[in-house]
Amino acid sequence: MLPGFGVTLGFTLVYLSLIVLIPLAATFAKASGLGWESFFRTVTSPRVVASYQVTFGISLAAATINALFGVATAWILVRYRFPGKKLLDAMVDLPFALPTAVAGIALAAIYSTNGWLGKPIYTLTSWKIAYTQLGILVALIFVGLPFVVRTLQPVLQDLDPEFEEAAASLGAFRLQTFMRVVVPELLPPLLTGFALAFARAVGEYGSVVFIAGNMPMKTEIVPLLIITKLEQYDYRGATAIAVVMLVISFVMLLLINGLQRWSRGANAR
Amino acid sequence: MDFSAGREAQTHANSMVFTPPKGRPTLCDPWYIRVLLIAGAVVFLGLFLLVPLCAVFYEAFQKGLGAYLAAFHEPAAQAAIRLTLLVAAIAVPANLIFGVAAAWAIAKFRFPAKSLLVTLIDLPFAVSPVVSGLIYVLLFGSQGWFGPFLQAHGIKIIFAVPGIVLATIFVTFPFIARELVPLMQAQGNDEEQAALSLGASGWQTFWRVTLPNIRWGLLYGVILCNARAMGEFGAVSIVSGHIRGLTNTIPLQVEILYNEYNYVAAFAMASLLASLALVTLLIKSIAEWRIRVSEKASISQNLEYA
Repeated sequence: MLPGFGVTLGFTLVYLSLIVLIPLAATFAKASGLGWESFFRTVTSPRVVASYQVTFGISLAAATINALFGVATAWILVRYRFPGKKLLDAMVDLPFALPTAVAGIALAAIYSTNGWLGKPIYTLTSWKIAYTQLGILVALIFVGLPFVVRTLQPVLQDLDPEFEEAAASLGAFRLQTFMRVVVPELLPPLLTGFALAFARAVGEYGSVVFIAGNMPMKTEIVPLLIITKLEQYDYRGATAIAVVMLVISFVMLLLINGLQRWSRGANAR
Repeated sequence: MDFSAGREAQTHANSMVFTPPKGRPTLCDPWYIRVLLIAGAVVFLGLFLLVPLCAVFYEAFQKGLGAYLAAFHEPAAQAAIRLTLLVAAIAVPANLIFGVAAAWAIAKFRFPAKSLLVTLIDLPFAVSPVVSGLIYVLLFGSQGWFGPFLQAHGIKIIFAVPGIVLATIFVTFPFIARELVPLMQAQGNDEEQAALSLGASGWQTFWRVTLPNIRWGLLYGVILCNARAMGEFGAVSIVSGHIRGLTNTIPLQVEILYNEYNYVAAFAMASLLASLALVTLLIKSIAEWRIRVSEKASISQNLEYA
């Protein structure tokens, strides 16, 4: 029996309680003091509902785009050989390492109507990216980019090509092999990555505020609304919306845990 | 669908067309799919990763090196850099000690509700940074649970450095623990038990046996934790109060300068964080490579013993 179990577990529990559990519990306690009716009125007011639509709708779109390009990126990183592959692989983690505020101002500069990409897009299609919902989409794609790639990569690496060879030797077309052999294996990690990217996008603040334009009812995300309420000293309103966000975060966390367990189970097979 | 018709002919065709002299025939996607996928992914990653990164440095140096360097002569900029270093110097070691302790308890022992504990440690990753800041305002702010008490005793946590440190510890909470737990679980207890049975003390075992085994994973967790600690924006933004020269970290200083249309200075400060991100990615790649190497070594070692 190794020593140190009591001390390390005790310290872990105390630290976890002080930093995470007690502050979160205090937030729920604070919200319960609001009364059900005023809580409900706050979290269903038109401006707040509009911010849910912006946040969840665009997060869903961003996670979907990340899922599509994530599959392609993971596939080429694991299966193909091409120059610059190592660099590309390392680059994928940039959104984890680059602070959100830096990403935010950089994206706003690029996609404004006189930026590197915003200008040609505007002159060609007269679409504005920065300070519209498209700007939010761009920022959320950026922050969610690594998740799908990084959940798919290890699974693809472990996926024994023998199964595909077997399918092909039995006469399956490449597409059939892919759909029947590869896709079922990739589905659990793909959903996990999608859920992680979505969860991250829903809570994201730093990279979005600079490019969003922050117009109430149009380009106002939920986290920004919490800050706006706080700046107006509307602590009750901010707490109520924060509790809604927290509940959604917990549900997402449980969902992701379930997906990861499913994913591991599928791999263990 | 019925694919049985013509299967024989198909198999025959497969063996003729898709069998290169060596390697794995089915792994060869047609060339146009390869080109399409690689081009698509490269363009996507280029647009979303490389272009923003280049933009930071381009905007920072737009008015030349002099204007770039001048941005760092501002007292507010220097104060922001000092504060960021201070906050990281407290938050990272705190989470390092926690991460090692938690990983030791979780990976080396069996106890009930372990998976619940692991989930709870991951909790801060699921919470929006803005909410992470807010929970401390509700605890220690003037309207919060301990607000009146703190005010009566003249202690300031919110809109002051302690609040920034707390919010930073919260958002970087899981980084080191979640890196170490799977690593230490995979390594098992055998080596530690051998050391103990040979008469080593618990501490000696940890320093001489466990730590060398986990050092690259530890480094990996620490640098990611540090990058997040120095770059955190949302949570810190709520608890800081944006007092220039006092409670502004580098990301908050970037925001203020940007909103004042002082783009060169804003991107100059941002370029510090972008450089930090690049160094982080470099160390991360090295650490990943070392972890892979040591895993392979331990596997081949085990095979030798077996």
